[in-house]
Amino acid sequence: MSNPSLFDIISPIMIGPSSSHTAGAVRLGLLARNIFGETPQEVTFKLYNSYASTGKGHGTDKGLLAGILGLKVDDIRIRHIFDSKLSQSLKYNFEFIQDFSRHPNAVDMYLKGSHEMFISGDSVGAGEIVITRINSFNVSLTGEYNTLILVYRDKPGMISAVTSMFQSKKLNIASLDCDRNARGKEASMVICVDGDLDDGVVNSIREMKDVYFVTYVRKLEK
Amino acid sequence: MNSNIHTFERLKELCAERNMRIYEIAQEYMSVSNDIPIKEVREFTLKSLNAMKDAIKCGLASNEPSYSGMCGNDCGKVQIAFDLHPPMFGGLFANIIKYALATSEENVRMGRIVACPTAGSCGILPSVIVAVSEYKNYSEEEQINALITGGEIGRVISQKLSLAGAVAGCQAECGVASAMAAAAVCQLRGGTVPQVISAVALALKNILGLTCDPVAGLVEVPCVKRNPFLAVHAITACELALANVKSVIPPDEVVDAMAQIGSLMSPMLKESSQAGLATTKTGLKIKKKLFKN
Ligand code: SF4
Repeated sequence: MSNPSLFDIISPIMIGPSSSHTAGAVRLGLLARNIFGETPQEVTFKLYNSYASTGKGHGTDKGLLAGILGLKVDDIRIRHIFDSKLSQSLKYNFEFIQDFSRHPNAVDMYLKGSHEMFISGDSVGAGEIVITRINSFNVSLTGEYNTLILVYRDKPGMISAVTSMFQSKKLNIASLDCDRNARGKEASMVICVDGDLDDGVVNSIREMKDVYFVTYVRKLEK
Repeated sequence: MNSNIHTFERLKELCAERNMRIYEIAQEYMSVSNDIPIKEVREFTLKSLNAMKDAIKCGLASNEPSYSGMCGNDCGKVQIAFDLHPPMFGGLFANIIKYALATSEENVRMGRIVACPTAGSCGILPSVIVAVSEYKNYSEEEQINALITGGEIGRVISQKLSLAGAVAGCQAECGVASAMAAAAVCQLRGGTVPQVISAVALALKNILGLTCDPVAGLVEVPCVKRNPFLAVHAITACELALANVKSVIPPDEVVDAMAQIGSLMSPMLKESSQAGLATTKTGLKIKKKLFKN
């Protein structure tokens, strides 16, 4: 938060005790849930470094799980989430790891449901977060924008084919990032948009040739 | 329309030029920059204010310990003791201490609080706004004005330094919260704009260099008890300012000093729990015990 506003100073309303370790954890879970696209049936969380050493004391584990279940940062059910009916619907597991090549507040999440996904993220301070990895792709997702993520076969013309869809709907792209495993293999595109995409656009991109996976991730509430 | 305000000097000038209070300038800026009506800015503020009051209420009624067991029943102790032996300074003082403890204990037991400006310092601003308003019967509108005033003070300070213990020590969390609270009370009491800003300088100046060295890396010790201390600290700053006592060093220079001290402070004393209280004999013993589980 380089230039906080008045609202940033007198909020958020949140479950304590820590912006980075509690509220940040909830937001990491929430964004992972949005990316995954459904409530998973099984999750393994790997907490690193400060998240590992002070995570229990700060309710980081509870926050992550609550986020995965779709609770917001100010939901009073977070405190007792392990005993709540909500969390009985899925299997979850926590591991605590020290690895100083990772961010001090990093987490890996392995999600299983109708599909499987690996998602990593960092809590970078004041409740702000970044999703850094989805499956084998490096990304940078903060939850600030509505975002379209797609995985496709790396070939010439894909980027313009996708962005022209946006143009035809007069949607403004705030940022576009690509990553690929190897030339001609799987690649990923992360497109942040101003405004909202309708299902039509998402579906037509999904139906494009050589697009393997598409998910539309809604931004997190402030 | 004024552009974003970075200094107290500019804030003071603008208030004088336009004959406005700090909260009026702040809500107008928020309204214009976010393209929302002023009414919406005030509604947002009221939501925070009400959440603060709820946290106080919940905190007063609970003795539940935090996960670590280090904190959770001091507010209870204080309530019993104050009922038997009212504190020397009277009921207002008693309430400020109770409300500050209630809120920060609510925070450590994973209750719902308002991070204002941060979760660790969440008890300071609410305790003084609510206790003083009850004591003097200030209306909800006046309380909103006070909270916006306090928020604007925090915002101006945050233009020069990040309000995070990990970046600038606890002077930037509880210290800044105390300055925000001093300004809020000064606004409630009808202080002039220069007096409000003077209260900020006085409060900040007295808390420079405060370290962040929490035991076992948890936002509990010293954080919880620091809240009532710095709430009372805010009242002292406000009373001095209302008596026209001025900080010899102007407010913007005090903030510069705070930023400089924050960057000179050893990283070992900035939330990393590698020194200070965290590595005392007892601090380390508590950490060891907690990590066994
Ligand atoms: S000591 Fe550190 S963690 Fe505790 S309130 Fe102060 S800045 Fe926050």
